[in-house]
Amino acid sequence: MSKHHVTTNINGEPVEFLCEAQQTMLDVLRDELHLTGSKEGCGSGDCGACSVILDGKVVCSCLMLGVEAEGRKVITIEGIAQGDKLHPVQQKFLEHAALQCGFCTPGLIVAAKALLDENLNPTEEETRYWLAGNLCRCTGYDKVIRAVLDAAAVMRGEPGASVST
Amino acid sequence: MTYLDKASLKVVGTRPIRPDGVDKVIGRAAFGADMVLPGMLWGKVARSPHAHARIKSINIDKALAVPGVKAIVTSADLPAIPSEEAFVGEGPMNFRDLSSNCMARGKVLYDGHAVAAVAATSPAIAEEAAALIEVEYEVLPHVIDVEDAMKPDAPVLHDDLFTQGIDPKPAKASNIAKRITFTKGDFAQGWKEAEVTIERRYTTQPVHQAYIEPHACLVSVGADGQCTIFSSSQGQFMVRAYCAKLLGIDIANIRATPAEIGGGFGGKTLVYLEPVALALSKKAGKPVKIVMSREEVFRGTGPAAGGVIEVKYGAKKDGRLVAAELVVKLQAGAFPGSPVGPACMCGFAMYDIPHVNIVGYDVVSNRPKVAAYRAPGAPNSTFGTESCLDELAIELKIDPLKLREINAAKEGTKAAHGPTWANIGYTQTLDAAKAHPHMKIALGPNQGRGIASGFWFNIGGESAASVYVNEDGTATVVEGNPDVGGSRASMAMMAAEVLGIAYERVRAVVADTSSTGYCFLTGGSRVTFATGMAVTQAAEKVVVELKKRAAMIWDISPDAVDWKDGKAYPAGPNAGSFEPLSLGEIALKAGRTGGPISAEVSINAQGAGAGFATHICDVEIDRETGHVKVLRYTAVQDVGRAIHPSYVEGQIQGGVTQGIGWALNEEYVYDKHGRLDNAGFLDYRIPVASDMPMIEAVMVEVPNPRHPFGARGVGEVPIVPPMAAVANAIADAIGTRMRDLPMSPPKLRAALDLQDPPRLAAE
Ligand code: FES
Ligand code: FES
Repeated sequence: MSKHHVTTNINGEPVEFLCEAQQTMLDVLRDELHLTGSKEGCGSGDCGACSVILDGKVVCSCLMLGVEAEGRKVITIEGIAQGDKLHPVQQKFLEHAALQCGFCTPGLIVAAKALLDENLNPTEEETRYWLAGNLCRCTGYDKVIRAVLDAAAVMRGEPGASVST
Repeated sequence: MTYLDKASLKVVGTRPIRPDGVDKVIGRAAFGADMVLPGMLWGKVARSPHAHARIKSINIDKALAVPGVKAIVTSADLPAIPSEEAFVGEGPMNFRDLSSNCMARGKVLYDGHAVAAVAATSPAIAEEAAALIEVEYEVLPHVIDVEDAMKPDAPVLHDDLFTQGIDPKPAKASNIAKRITFTKGDFAQGWKEAEVTIERRYTTQPVHQAYIEPHACLVSVGADGQCTIFSSSQGQFMVRAYCAKLLGIDIANIRATPAEIGGGFGGKTLVYLEPVALALSKKAGKPVKIVMSREEVFRGTGPAAGGVIEVKYGAKKDGRLVAAELVVKLQAGAFPGSPVGPACMCGFAMYDIPHVNIVGYDVVSNRPKVAAYRAPGAPNSTFGTESCLDELAIELKIDPLKLREINAAKEGTKAAHGPTWANIGYTQTLDAAKAHPHMKIALGPNQGRGIASGFWFNIGGESAASVYVNEDGTATVVEGNPDVGGSRASMAMMAAEVLGIAYERVRAVVADTSSTGYCFLTGGSRVTFATGMAVTQAAEKVVVELKKRAAMIWDISPDAVDWKDGKAYPAGPNAGSFEPLSLGEIALKAGRTGGPISAEVSINAQGAGAGFATHICDVEIDRETGHVKVLRYTAVQDVGRAIHPSYVEGQIQGGVTQGIGWALNEEYVYDKHGRLDNAGFLDYRIPVASDMPMIEAVMVEVPNPRHPFGARGVGEVPIVPPMAAVANAIADAIGTRMRDLPMSPPKLRAALDLQDPPRLAAE
């Protein structure tokens, strides 16, 4: 069976790849393009570890076929920082110790960025519901939520919380 | 040397950014499934669809004929090894059983048990071929429930399993692997002295550790027998030891590299894939990568034990406990080895009770072999003992926190399981809980508050660590414990504190088995304590050497040199007058004063400090749906000394959340054939962000004098109190006691319907 040729845009770069019809976007990212920052925690749309932003919306890349990327714009965890400048969400994850093992972290950061792209002033409850599709077994979400709310404050131009040292 | 004086610390106790942090927020960290090797094959495991069956034959011809298939292995490709106790992982383990768990031998013992494995040129081909492996089974009767498995007429899993701990030795094989007892005083006597008695029965369900990263490994076996393993585990030395034994390989021929680990919680303290991948790689002559699907993780790995917990308390009217009894029947899964020992020991460890009787049963059934899960065993027994204590408090009309104060274990108390407590902080957790503003928040209708305490031993054990001074005055720490939650940061902090240099100038590395000395696995809440002790001692040896070098440069005696804030000073006016020499300056001259400056320390760390915690939980019950919402949660814990407080809080918050999941939602659902019905995150629901409130972690610091900085293990005890805390809060809210986990909406609804028959009739 011949492979499909797909032309797309990933993290701002034009990208072409070949994939099988049944290959998921997550498999394409990880196995064909070596963008292994997106993780597979379930492969069934339940954990959010594979979250990417597709034309501005968060999707589970494990539920998307590689061929569906044709003509679209995809942002993965590798495209969230600008060069060596971390996105405020990434910076705040570090400061708040919002990761323990770090496996859920790429998905959470992608989803949180998408939230803040849409709403720079989310409440705690809105943040919790937005991130309800991103499972984290390590942190109990406390520091994750604090990090996202703090990143929002910084992006609004407020000083942000200081993590006591 | 010790550093117990908190005021003198500059680095320990602060909250710097972890050294592996940036890689983890930009997607660059390499977890188990993220590595590739040139020419590698993909492996896939074929698994049993039956709960219990004899394997009559395995035909691999069709699978082997699929283009791209390079090797297939079954148990015939793993050497048959004799029964032998292993002490390389967490909790009891037998090498022979572990081998049979990795690849079924003769019989399959649970739905999901591995029977064969394929290596092929793509994941899709491997999967297709695995499905073509033809196994002929003779299906046998199965048993899932722990008490069913204990019945005399239950289907027997192992015909060579005779209950240990019973005299005389039984003549008939059974599913009860062992019976253990602990006694203190004379329970019968104590029971007679009691003025109020209570007897209750509780049940817990096995739950999965549910780390978000599925098991994964990439291995390579060379033609000369040398092997490399890259895998996600809680200990590269554990992986090496198990693989060597299960495959008959010399340890020196295995180099195991720890991947970043995407959560373990005890569930990655044993091997599933690595031996199978090695066997495939050997046969195919190529590297092999295997990654489990989530379904395989649920069907084939973990879970934590569940079981039946029977509790009796006898007390005086003033609340003093005079007698207590605990019977624990714990699920081991398909092979012996449930954490029934710790379950028995932890249940009453918080209290000073004169007469105690404890009995535990380790019971096999047709479920996956249990693995450790955060304080293994303790959450089970403690759900029973701490729920029952709450029931006793209600009966005695004594405030539950007060009842705990009256009976709290203190310095010098002899615990029911043997030790006499020293330097413990249990009462301090009660004091802090009592004083916490949480206790004063008023509750509304259908809301309730529960208190529960818990204990976990924490362990020390074997660790090695090295500290290298680099030529520019920075330092490198090398150790061998996978970093599951910020331990690289803690190691670097302790070394920086001792060396007197900035945290950012010390980098900590977790090395492969050929690049650092032996470290027992990451488990038992041991790493900050034991490996931290090794790092501290190595840094101290480096300081001794640095002083020696300064003395050499100044031409004075090393005793006349002081080390402070990363600099050598003459110890006093008699030592001479010299400008202080910084670590960097000494490092620069190291070549001329005797060569590179470094130290390695290997220890068997003793004196781990016991961990105690007291939790306060507020819930609200939706009487329509039976849903329990956790409104507020405060977890007070004696942490000894928090090295990096944020990561200590994180351990507490994560453990509490897992406990709440165990309390309210999580369970395995088996169909009548013994097949797992909920092998996915949709149907096996772990807590999500919208289920949880913020969790306030209150760190009480009663330093452990056996650790240079006073650290105690912190990772496990947080999962011990939550189930009882939630149950006690539910009882407070609705006046009904929930004794069976999970306390899910259908169970709450049933309980509420009993309270409210008119509504039931109206529906
Ligand atoms: S891997 Fe896509 S949602 Fe879990
Ligand atoms: S940090 Fe481990 S799963 Fe979230």
